[in-house]
Amino acid sequence: MKFFTKLAVAAGVAALLSSAAYADSLKGKTIGFSQIGSESGWRAAETSVTKQQAEKRGINLKFADAQQKQENQIKAIRGFIAQGVDAILVAPVVSTGWDAVLGEAKDAKIPVILLDRGVDAPQDLYLTSVASDQVKEGKVAGDWLVKTVGDKKCNVVELQGTVGSTPAINRKKGFEEAIKGHDNIKIVRSQTGDFTRSKGKEVMEGFLKAEDGGKNICAMYAHNDDMAVGGIQAIKDAGLKPGKDVLVVSVDAVPDIFKAMMTGEANATVELTPNMAGPAFDALDAYWTSKKAPEKFIITESKLYTPNDDPKKVYEEKKGLGY
Amino acid sequence: MKLKKLSPLVNPQSIALVVVLLVNWALFPGFFNVTWQDGRLFGSLIDVLNRGVPVAILAIGMSAVIATKGVDLSVGAVMAISGAVAATLVTDGYPASVAVIAALAIGVLCGVWNGVLVAFLEIQPIIATLVLMVAGRGIAQLITAGSIVTFADPLLISIGTGSFAGLPMPVVIAIVLLFISVFVVRSSAVGLFIESVGVNRAAASLAGIRSGLLLVAVYGFSGFCAAISGLIVAGDIKGADANNAGLWLELDAILAVVIGGTSLLGGRFSIAMSVLGAIIIQAMNTGILVSGFPPEFNLVVKAGVIILIFTMQSPLATRLIEMRKTQRAVARKAS
Repeated sequence: MKFFTKLAVAAGVAALLSSAAYADSLKGKTIGFSQIGSESGWRAAETSVTKQQAEKRGINLKFADAQQKQENQIKAIRGFIAQGVDAILVAPVVSTGWDAVLGEAKDAKIPVILLDRGVDAPQDLYLTSVASDQVKEGKVAGDWLVKTVGDKKCNVVELQGTVGSTPAINRKKGFEEAIKGHDNIKIVRSQTGDFTRSKGKEVMEGFLKAEDGGKNICAMYAHNDDMAVGGIQAIKDAGLKPGKDVLVVSVDAVPDIFKAMMTGEANATVELTPNMAGPAFDALDAYWTSKKAPEKFIITESKLYTPNDDPKKVYEEKKGLGY
Repeated sequence: MKLKKLSPLVNPQSIALVVVLLVNWALFPGFFNVTWQDGRLFGSLIDVLNRGVPVAILAIGMSAVIATKGVDLSVGAVMAISGAVAATLVTDGYPASVAVIAALAIGVLCGVWNGVLVAFLEIQPIIATLVLMVAGRGIAQLITAGSIVTFADPLLISIGTGSFAGLPMPVVIAIVLLFISVFVVRSSAVGLFIESVGVNRAAASLAGIRSGLLLVAVYGFSGFCAAISGLIVAGDIKGADANNAGLWLELDAILAVVIGGTSLLGGRFSIAMSVLGAIIIQAMNTGILVSGFPPEFNLVVKAGVIILIFTMQSPLATRLIEMRKTQRAVARKAS
C-alpha cells in the first residue's frame, strides 16, 4: 500500500495540456526508447505520447520498435549505448534476462528507466520504473460502483481479461477489495472475454440469458474497455439499455468508450494512462538537476472518467493517439 | 427398415451434440428457451448457432482443403485481412458493396496464393499456409494501422448483426453457403476429384484430373470462406480488430473438421459433418458461459469432451460396436 499513496505523479491529459516550462536539463539531450512493438492500441498510444512528450521538452528521441522480441530490445539498447545516448527508456517485453544488458548500460553510466512493466533484475541496474497500479485500477472501478449504487442490491457480472494474465488477476483483486464489506453488491458471474470485443460480446450474451434476460444484472464490470464495448452491444441486443438498466464500468479509457459515454451507454472508466514517458522524463530532470536518485517505483495516476468529464473532449484528444 | 433410414443421423457426432446440449440444459434450465424479441429469435440455442458460424464457415472451406490431404493455417489471418479491408474502405467513404466485394476478392487472392505454393511450388501445405498465417496478421495490422477501425455502415453491420426471417444473418449466410457447397461438391464430380487428389495426387493426375488447378481452386475457396467469416466477425462488433479477429480460429476449424470425421490424411470428407463439428464446439463454449463455471475450467472441459468424442470415433470403439452387433445378430439367429 505504501507505493500507492506515494508520488501519484500527475500524468495523463493534464500533463498533455499543460504548458509548464520544463527545466533546461532535458533540452537537447538524446534519449533512446526501446518499445515492445505495437501489439495493442494502448501500446501505439504510448508510443505517440512518448514522442509528443519528448518533443515538448526538446528531447532528441531515438525510437526502436522491438516487434515483440527481447533480442531486438537488447540489440536496440546496445545500439543506444554505442551511440552514447544520455538516457534509455525501455518497455520490457518479458521480465527476465535483462541483467547483462542493463549492467552494460550501468557501466556506461547511462541511466535506464523502465516503462509500464517491471523486470527481475537487481534494482541498482536501473534508475526507476514508471508503471500503473493495476490493483488500484480495479479498486477505483469498484469504489465508483459502491458509491453509485449506495445501499441498493446490485448483482455484478464480470468480464475478465485473459485467464492468468497479470492485469486480469490484479483488476479482479482490486475490484473485489473495493466491494468487500458491501454485502448488497455481489459478483454473480465472472468469465473471461480475452480482452477482446467479440469475446466480450459473446460472454455478455451468455450472461444475459443466464440471468433472466438480464433482469437480474445491475452492473457489468469489464477488465478493459474493448470487452465493455462488446458487452454494451450484447446488452442492446437483449433489449436493455446499457448505462441505465445495466451500469457499465471498465478500465483503460480508450477513445471508443468515451463515444459510448457520449450516448450514455457507458458510465465509468478508469484510465490506464499512455503517458508513462512524462513522469519518466520528469524523474530524469530531477535526477540531473539535483543529482538525487528518484523513487524506485513511480506509480501513475488511475483517473476515473464519468460522463461528467466531457467525454466528447476527451475523445477528441485521445483519438489521434493511435489507440 | 425404419432404423436403417435413421442410421445416417445416428453417429458419434450427433450423439455428442445431443449430449452436450442436454448437459447444458441440466446446468442451466433455461437453455432451450427461445423467445421472439425485436423481430428475431432470442435464446441460448440461437447463440450457439450464431456464435458457431465463423468457425462453421471456416470449416466448410477447411473440409475441402483437408480432403486434398492439405491444411490451411492462414484462415484466421485471412479473416483479419478481410475485415480490415472492408472496414477501412467504408471509413474511407467507399460504398459497402464495393468494400464487401473487395474483401471477398482479397480472401480469394490469399487462398490462391496458398494454392499456388502448395500445387506448383509443391511446398508442404502446413508450411505454405503458415507463411500467410504469420504474415497475414501483420498485413491486417498494416491496413488498420494497428488500431480497431470502427464503422457505422448499416449494410456491413447487418452482415454481422442483422436478421432474416427471424434468424441471425450470419446463420442464414452459413446455411446458404453450406447448401451451395454441398450441392456443388456432391451433384458434380468435383467432390470425387478432391477426394482422389487427397488419396493419391499422382494417380489422380495420371487419371486426367488437373490436380494443380483443382488445388488452387480448393485453397481459393477456403480463402473465400475465411473472408466471409471475417466480414461477419467485423460486422458483429462494428469494427475490424486486426490483432484479435480470427485469432486461433484456424485450430477450431481444423478441430471441427476432424470432429466431423474427415481424416487429416485426405480422401473422404463431409462438409455437413464439419459444420456439425463446429456447432458441437460452440455448444460447449456457450454451455460453459451459461453454466457459471469459473473461466479456469473452460479449456479443461473442452478438452475432456473432445477426447470423449474422439474415443467414440476411434477404430477401437467402432470395432467394439460392430462386435456387439454381430454378437446380437448371432444370438438372434440362435434363438
